[in-house]
Amino acid sequence: MTLTVFALAAIALLALIFGALLGFAAIRFKVEGDPLVDQIDAILPQTQCGQCGYPGCKPYAEAIANGDDINKCPPGGETTIRELSALMGVEAKPLDAAHGVEDVKKVAFIREDECIGCTKCIQACPVDAILGAAKQMHTILIDECTGCDLCVDPCPVDCIDMVPVEVDSSHWEWKFNKVPVGDIPIRQMS
Amino acid sequence: MFANYDKIIERISLNQLWDFPGGVHPPQQKTLSNQSSIEYLQVEKTYYVPVKQHIGIEGKLLVCEGDKVLKGQALTTSEAPFSVPVHAPTSGAVTKITNHVSAHPSGIPELSVIIDADGQDTWIELDPVPDYAKTSKSELIERICDAGISGMGGAGFPTHIKTNNSKPLEFLIINGIECEPYISSDDRLMREHAWQIRQGIDILVHILQPKQVIVAVEDNKPEALETMSIACQQKINYQVVSVPTKYPAGGEKQLIQVLTSREVPANGLPIDVGCIMYNVATCYAIADAIVEGKPLIERVVTLTGEGFKSPKNVWARLGTPIQSLLTYGDYDQSQQSSPRFIMGGPMMGFTVTSMLTPIVKISNCILVPADNELPHPEDERACIRCSACSDVCPASLLPQQLFWYSKAKELEKAEEYNLFDCIECGACAYVCPSEIPLVHYYRQAKADIRNQKEEKEKSDKAKIRFEARKARLLKEKEQREEKHRLAAEARKASLSTDGGGTKDKIAAALARAKAKKEALAKQEALAEKEALAKQEALAKQAPHIADLAESEKTKAVSVSEVSTEVVASQTAQGASPAKDSPEDDAAANEETKEL
Repeated sequence: MTLTVFALAAIALLALIFGALLGFAAIRFKVEGDPLVDQIDAILPQTQCGQCGYPGCKPYAEAIANGDDINKCPPGGETTIRELSALMGVEAKPLDAAHGVEDVKKVAFIREDECIGCTKCIQACPVDAILGAAKQMHTILIDECTGCDLCVDPCPVDCIDMVPVEVDSSHWEWKFNKVPVGDIPIRQMS
Repeated sequence: MFANYDKIIERISLNQLWDFPGGVHPPQQKTLSNQSSIEYLQVEKTYYVPVKQHIGIEGKLLVCEGDKVLKGQALTTSEAPFSVPVHAPTSGAVTKITNHVSAHPSGIPELSVIIDADGQDTWIELDPVPDYAKTSKSELIERICDAGISGMGGAGFPTHIKTNNSKPLEFLIINGIECEPYISSDDRLMREHAWQIRQGIDILVHILQPKQVIVAVEDNKPEALETMSIACQQKINYQVVSVPTKYPAGGEKQLIQVLTSREVPANGLPIDVGCIMYNVATCYAIADAIVEGKPLIERVVTLTGEGFKSPKNVWARLGTPIQSLLTYGDYDQSQQSSPRFIMGGPMMGFTVTSMLTPIVKISNCILVPADNELPHPEDERACIRCSACSDVCPASLLPQQLFWYSKAKELEKAEEYNLFDCIECGACAYVCPSEIPLVHYYRQAKADIRNQKEEKEKSDKAKIRFEARKARLLKEKEQREEKHRLAAEARKASLSTDGGGTKDKIAAALARAKAKKEALAKQEALAEKEALAKQEALAKQAPHIADLAESEKTKAVSVSEVSTEVVASQTAQGASPAKDSPEDDAAANEETKEL
């Protein structure tokens, strides 16, 4: 009888100790937010375009963490899918065409003399990259524009174009087959 | 400050140098072009001056289309620390400021100032420094910047940044190595202008105060070695050193290793090991800028290769299109089956895309090889793992591994294997038996990594902006709600405190509004009645002219409308004095609005 009581008491004591330990650890080492979501969010291209069907990159990151497909991000393209598949341990699938196709990098451009100053594009821009005020001409901050396309539809006078970003020599990728240029002579015969 | 200073000095004086790993010995071919003295060119008709000719940011344009400029006039100004101005190569008119084919392997057009020469070649008023020894360092550095000087050895690093040094400095190294085959521009410059190079070195010594100056010349240039020794013999702490010929001994890090046995750390600068290095042509340009007050508008360019009937060195103004240089060197078309012009040497140069490609501050050579002289690269074959490339790599990298990773786009791995320490000298590709253009792969991988990093930075910025905007919208919404809540509370409070009075006032206001409405309705009805009566009367008078009646009717309606308006305004005027007091009225209006 005493043996059983001892055993029970010992187990209860151990349970108490470990419970306290776990409880302490839960408070002391509490992780703010979901680290996985942040990791996924860091991979996504942050265009905030909503082509995935979610209102921004963070919500899509949350959806992926909850098991959504990883192939819904056209601006990220193949690279993003590959990185996501490595992170999530799922198979890399080709881009889901229902959400758009991978395109060259573009930025918005406002044809300024046609702009009527309605501010609709300013409200649509997810990254505050449009400068302007009511009844004043608007313009795009090219360096901030993510090329998300969201300002094009709200414009009542259709004065916003998506212009492909021109490659300059410092961003050139040494792809001779893309730009018709000469080769580098790196071999010399003796 | 650095351990082995005395030993280095001792070994240099005995001419016992160290060595760098790897390296190759391609045929020199220097005698092709270094036999005759540097020739001056006639003034060109048109110059194409790119606004950016160095590493960094372009300056701000100072001229407009149509402006007249003088030789040496600044076309841009240096606003950011890393920007270097460019100057007009001759006097004339700016005909256009537009994108022109760049002196870059891609040939992507870049902003250039196009100047039509007037043939006078008139200098702008020059402003030399009378005595640099009595001039402050900061002013000299500013003058070097204003003269548009950037490193002329190949990289094009802004000279004023390098010269503005506050770290401990032991060795000022003057690079006269010129290790790449065919090129002889520095060789000729040293032979003919050793004294002016020495002046440039003196100015640098005055600014930088190094312990020791080393002028390094490769031993395949005995004449240059001699002239430099003569020019520097009066100075005790100037040492002219003959360096064994090996490619790429002229690379900054390699030369430091040869002279001092110190290795510049990865991602580090020569100053981290107590050294600063200048090219001889840069020293010449510094002397020009300080002693003569002349900005950098011309440089020595080697015209060489068997495609030229008379290969030589020329003083080419910056912005000279290479097609006129071809004329000066007597380009022999029969030597080439298809035109092929290389800017730079055979190891690191690139084939230009247009005959109008301009000479810039870093272009030291135009190489026009005959067909059998420098054959077109063959198709690459599979890597056979012979490891010849790692034997010759001067940076002790593993070119094979880098090649695999670059080709497979495993960029992280490539970076892990120190891709960015590759100096793109081309030694690995030179020895590769499979003819793999290795440097090409490295350049692609480097560009990819750089672009990816930039994208990452941009996306991080976009994320911050997106989140800031979300937070702002949320805050605005909360503020709006808060305002509404406060307003509602205030209303409730005022209702409950002087309940009866306010209620009465509201009731009175409502009653007044109602009375006004009724009065209006009455007036309208009255006017309508009158109009109808009028119409009837008219109809009785002339029942046979229906058309007329119709037109009268419309008239009557419009009349009645006008009368209504008049009546309404009268009522409004009449109503106001009837009220208790104007303040009450305003308050009542407020309250009705709130309700």
